[in-house]
Amino acid sequence: MSETEASGAPVDLCGVELATPIINASGTFDAIAARRAFGDELLENFPFGAFVSKTVTVAPRQGNPPPRLWELPAGMMNSIGLPNKGLHGYLAEDLPALVELPVALIVNVMGFSREEVAELVGAFAARAEVAALELNVSCPNVETGLVMGADPNEISRLLEVVRPLTDKPLIVKLTPNASDPAAVAHAAEDAGASAVSLINTIRGMAFAPGTDQPWLGGGTGGVSGPAVRAVALAQVSAVRDAVTIPIIGMGGVQSGADALDLLRAGATAVAVGTESFRDPAAGLRVAAELAALTSPAEVVGHD
Amino acid sequence: MTSTRAHRVTAPFGARVVDITRRSQHGPYIELECVDLEGPRPHAGQFYMLMASSRWGGGTGERPFLGRAFSVLRATSPPGSEQGVALQFLVEDVGPGTNRLCELELGDGLSLVGPLGNGFAPPRDGRRALLVGGGVGIAPLAIWRDELGEAATVLLGFRDADHAAGAQLLANPRVATDDGSSGHHGLVTELLDDELDDHSHAEVYACGPPAMLKAVRLQCAVREIPAQLALESGMACGFGACFGCVVQTRSGYVRLCVDGPVLDGADLGPEAFTGIGAGH
Repeated sequence: MSETEASGAPVDLCGVELATPIINASGTFDAIAARRAFGDELLENFPFGAFVSKTVTVAPRQGNPPPRLWELPAGMMNSIGLPNKGLHGYLAEDLPALVELPVALIVNVMGFSREEVAELVGAFAARAEVAALELNVSCPNVETGLVMGADPNEISRLLEVVRPLTDKPLIVKLTPNASDPAAVAHAAEDAGASAVSLINTIRGMAFAPGTDQPWLGGGTGGVSGPAVRAVALAQVSAVRDAVTIPIIGMGGVQSGADALDLLRAGATAVAVGTESFRDPAAGLRVAAELAALTSPAEVVGHD
Repeated sequence: MTSTRAHRVTAPFGARVVDITRRSQHGPYIELECVDLEGPRPHAGQFYMLMASSRWGGGTGERPFLGRAFSVLRATSPPGSEQGVALQFLVEDVGPGTNRLCELELGDGLSLVGPLGNGFAPPRDGRRALLVGGGVGIAPLAIWRDELGEAATVLLGFRDADHAAGAQLLANPRVATDDGSSGHHGLVTELLDDELDDHSHAEVYACGPPAMLKAVRLQCAVREIPAQLALESGMACGFGACFGCVVQTRSGYVRLCVDGPVLDGADLGPEAFTGIGAGH
C-alpha cells in the first residue's frame, strides 16, 4: 500500500474528489518541470490529492526582474510576478501534459479586469479536463489583484460577472493583505463562490544588504513559510465564522500536525506550499503524518 | 537552447538523508563526501539541493531555511560497495547555509535532492576542451575533467595562495591569483586569452563568479568560440517549482534549475550576469 493510500479517506471539496486532503498551493509546484527532474516516479507517488496549477493570465508574462527570492527566518519572500505562457499557451502546451497527472486538476487564473477573468473562466469552462477554477484575486505583486481581493464589493461584482459562465466550482483565493478577509469571504459566498482558499503570501520587503534599495526586483514580495503559519490559522478561523462553503487552508504547513491545526480551525483541505521547495515529496509526508494523527488505529491495522 | 541537447539523469523523487562519510579541507574549502545508495551517478555539471538534516536554521539572522544548490565535485563508486554512488561537494563558508554545512562532521546527516538540472555537453567538432574555473566554482570542472581526461586544459583563478589550495582538486591546472601569491599574478581570464590566441579550435567550459563568467562569455563571443557556462543563482527549490532562479537569456528569462545550470554562451548577453546573487 502506498503512502498516498495510507493518508485517509477521499475528501469531497465542493464536488472535486481529493485522494487526500493535502493539495498544493498555486505557484509552489510545477508538475511538468518536476516530471522532467524526477521522471514518472512523480506520477507513481504524486504528492497531492489534487493539483493546482500556477496562475494563468490572458496574455503571456515574463515575470519580474531578478532577484526574485529572499530568505527569511523560518521562511522566504518572493517576487516572481506571475510568469506564464498565457491562456493560449497554457491550453496548447501545459493542459495536455497536466491531464496525465493521476489527480484532479484545479486551474488558477488571474485577470487585470473583470472582462479578462471572464475570458479565462469562459475558456476553461469548456474543458472537461479541468475540475475547478481558483480565482487569484490576492497576489500582492500585481496591483489589480490586490484591489479585487481586498474589497467585498469588488469580489461581489467580479463573481456576478464570472459565476454564470461555468458550472465548475469557483474557488476564491483570499488575500491576507486586506483589512477584513472574513468580510471578503462572506461576500464571495453570497455571490456564488464554491469555496475559499487562504492565505496567500503576506506583503513584505527587504533592503539589499548595506543599502536603502529593495533587494527584490519587484520592490516588495510575498512572505511565506512557517513564519506565516500563525497568521494563517487566525485567518482561517475568522473566515470559518463568516462562511459555510468549504475552506482550503494554507500557510506555513510543514507537518501533519500543522495540517491538523488548519482542519480543526475549519478547513476541508490543506495546501502545502513553501515546504515543497525544501522537499518535493513534502506533500506525501504531511499526508502520511496527518493520517497517523487522525486515524492511528486504521494505519496500524493495515500494517 | 542548451536544454535541447540536455545532459542529465533524473533524480529519485523527494529528499533523502545520507551520512557524511569523509570530510577534508583545502585552504578555505571544505570537501564533503556522502554515499547516496538510492541515487544514480550524476552527469558532470548537474547539481543537488543540500541541507543539514538537523539544526538547519538558527544561524546568523535565524537562517538558513531553504536548501542550497551545489554542483557535484566528483561522483565515484563507493568504497567497498557495488551499490549507489559516492558524491563529493565543495563548500566555502560564505553565509548561514554554507556555514552550517561546513560544520558537518563524519556521520552527520545530509539531506539532498538530486541530481538536478542539465550538465555539460561534450566538445563539438573535435574541439579541445578548455576548463576555466574561479573560486569555489571549480567544483563542476573537477568531475568534467575526470571524464574528459588529459585532453582537457584547466585554468583556475583564486583570490590568493590560501584559496589556491583548491587547485589540488584538479590535475595539472594553470593557476592565477589576484594577489600573485600563487601562479600567474592576475585574472584567470588573462590565462584564457593566451590559450585562445594559441588554440582557437576549442570549446570553453566555465564556472565561477558572475564577473568572471561575464568576461569569459565575451572573450568567447568575439572569437566565435563555443562556451558552456555553469551559472549560479539564488534558488528555493532546484526543480522548477519556484521560478525564483531566472536568468535573462536572448529568449527571455529561463529557470536556471531546469534549463541550466549549464547554459550555452551563445544564448546569453552581458545582462545575464546581474541580479543572480546566490546568498549562500
